[in-house]
Amino acid sequence: MAFLECIDITKEYANTIALKKISFSVNKGEMVAIIGPSGAGKSTLLRCINRMIVPTAGDVIFDGVNFNTLNSAQLREQRRKIGMIFQHYNLVNRLSVVENVLHGRLGYKTTFEGIFGRYAEGEKEEAFKILARLGLEEQAYRRCDELSGGQKQRVGIARALIQEPKLMLCDEPIASLDPSSAKIIMDYLWDINKSIGITCFVNLHQVDVALKYADRIIGIRKGEVIYDGPPCALKKETIHQIYDSKTGELIMD
Amino acid sequence: MELLVVKKRQNYIAMFFILVALLSYGAMEVTGFEPAQALIAIPQAIVWSLSNFYPTMASIKNLPAILIKLHETVFLAIVATTTGGICAMAFALLSTKGVPVFTVMCRLIASFFRNIPDTVWAIVLLLSFGQNVISGYIALFFATFGFLTRAFVETIEEVGANSIEALEASGATYGQIVFQAIIPSCITQVVSWLLFMIETNIRSSTLVGMLTGTGIGNLFNIYYKFFDYHSASLVVIMIVIVILIIEAASNHVRRMIL
Amino acid sequence: MENVFDATVQPISLMSSWPKLMKKDKKGKIIVHSTDAKQNVVNYTLVFLAILTVYGIATFDYKKIFMSKAITDTIQNFAIMLTEPMAVHFTYAEAFGQLLMTLSLAFLTTVMGSIIALFFGLLAAKNLTNKKTSNFIKGGVAIIRAIPTVLWVLIFAASAGLGSVAAIIGLSFHGIGYLIKSYSESFEEMDEGIIEALKASGANWWQIVFQAVLPSSITCILAWTFMRFEINFTNAVAMGAAAGAGGIGYELFMAGNYYYNIREIGLITYMVLGFAIILEIFSNRLKAHIK
Repeated sequence: MAFLECIDITKEYANTIALKKISFSVNKGEMVAIIGPSGAGKSTLLRCINRMIVPTAGDVIFDGVNFNTLNSAQLREQRRKIGMIFQHYNLVNRLSVVENVLHGRLGYKTTFEGIFGRYAEGEKEEAFKILARLGLEEQAYRRCDELSGGQKQRVGIARALIQEPKLMLCDEPIASLDPSSAKIIMDYLWDINKSIGITCFVNLHQVDVALKYADRIIGIRKGEVIYDGPPCALKKETIHQIYDSKTGELIMD
Repeated sequence: MELLVVKKRQNYIAMFFILVALLSYGAMEVTGFEPAQALIAIPQAIVWSLSNFYPTMASIKNLPAILIKLHETVFLAIVATTTGGICAMAFALLSTKGVPVFTVMCRLIASFFRNIPDTVWAIVLLLSFGQNVISGYIALFFATFGFLTRAFVETIEEVGANSIEALEASGATYGQIVFQAIIPSCITQVVSWLLFMIETNIRSSTLVGMLTGTGIGNLFNIYYKFFDYHSASLVVIMIVIVILIIEAASNHVRRMIL
Repeated sequence: MENVFDATVQPISLMSSWPKLMKKDKKGKIIVHSTDAKQNVVNYTLVFLAILTVYGIATFDYKKIFMSKAITDTIQNFAIMLTEPMAVHFTYAEAFGQLLMTLSLAFLTTVMGSIIALFFGLLAAKNLTNKKTSNFIKGGVAIIRAIPTVLWVLIFAASAGLGSVAAIIGLSFHGIGYLIKSYSESFEEMDEGIIEALKASGANWWQIVFQAVLPSSITCILAWTFMRFEINFTNAVAMGAAAGAGGIGYELFMAGNYYYNIREIGLITYMVLGFAIILEIFSNRLKAHIK
């Protein structure tokens, strides 16, 4: 059985259909990039996987568990196996970097321990270790709103990593970053995928980034899968089909 | 084509002004308000104030009584704000939890309390609590609660939404999210709202005091009804001083935290 | 817990400094929270407010009051008020007439206030005048706003006699102060470049105001004005009750303080509540439209 399987995922809003019967399965350790124009449903698809958005129909089977059958406590238990990073980093700006990293452990704590921020010494050491690995150990006690965008995103990655995730969902991780910070972030994600073997799911705007880093590309347009395969087999015509553009209209042409 | 758009826009603006003018005329008919009278009334009021509405040496002897009542009114405003704020926070957290039933219920309740003026509360409470500080307290508490619930909900949605999403995705419970994400990210705005509410409530508690026969509002009413305008003016001056001090202090705090 | 990074390609020597960077408390536990000056001010403010609250509760003059009886009475009153609203001392038509009166007072106050405030708002905006004028007007506004509305109405009533003139002028003061503050803030938020561009092309002050400032802030101004209308409505009710300025508020005062008729209060409450909610929905729509 596949590591992650999405079967006929459909999401309808009041007057629009965001996702139309999307199906695919992913093997352990794959780096998958989802590309498509704005509003194609990339973010919705990502959030349907960890049920941050509840799909109208369809099943998500992750690590042998069908998410449709879970109650809220069981869902939380599954979610801690899935790290998520966001375009706008979604950090608590007024807390320190290391506190934000430790937020990734909340899924493992009782409500009481979590409320008062009582983490084990081992967890704190791990947080520092991960920060050191991401080159942020010097910033550990700074407040998050003092960091640059690239640094904030690395804190986001650290928060996901301390969950000991089996899957990483990355929603436009580099869309708000300058090119050099973007490269650093993509290199870290690649490293995490290759050296630790965490399966990565990355929403991307930039086709060239997807071609360079991903093992597999899923192209979606208007809620439907247009392409699903390795980067080397992705033809220019298909890219134009995904972005609904003509030859010469995209920068990469 | 573009000229037409400009013309259409000008038509809208003209229609808007005509509508406002017509409504104003109607309102003047209903209330019997005449702008000419108002123009006369302002210089009249200034002349009257200068000749009657100022403190004299004789009225200064009322200062201790005024200060005692002012003290009560200020603390009434503070207590109503803090206790109302705590309840508003609880409701705001419940309302943003993401359970539709709670959200709708909390918003309806808050809207109910926000839209009934504190005047109504004061008059109803006066019937059973009598001329007591508690009548005023409950009236202010309800109004504060209604207003701050909306303010806090908006703050949480504006400031906290992102971090709430992140912690939810990592499997945190709502209690953990509240204390680890919502409160740390919203607390400065919450403090700012509380300070704003204290300023507003000092003015409101003067009004509520007038209706419930307590505090500085009632004292002003007594001086006013007995035509002791010198003492009444002293009350106004003391209120202005207290409000300006509190405003300056809270602006100072706000500048430091925001 | 297992070490996430055991299998990394990054050499461990690069991260050798992290153990030294960990701060520890007296018990040897690793500190994770960092407190800064802002956080401290927030904490002190909260503690200070808590102390004032406790002090206030402890020093109120509660007189002799039977709490349990008062509370059960209040609950009973509320129940009657909300379930059996009824007109006794006036007809329904009269009640609507009084509501219209209150609404008219609020409307006139808002229109008059916004015209005056627009003028002073332009003079109070830092980017449109010099600092002296701006500070002078803002200081005046602070004093005007410090005096509660009911006192303004009563002061005017003493000189001009109680009536719509005193009510509207008294109600206006606060509204003008509020609108000057909000208008000038919306003018100040304006893009500095637009004014600069017009100045560079030789436009005078009035031209800049009418061609650039007003068109770009008109939506904000409308939103603020409507919000003030909501407040003026509530204030007009209050003035009727507390200063005898007429309208539905005065009926409310009579029902509560003379006739002790809880059903009539209920009817008036529903009318005021209904109108306030309509205004709120309207203003929310306007706000959403503007955003």
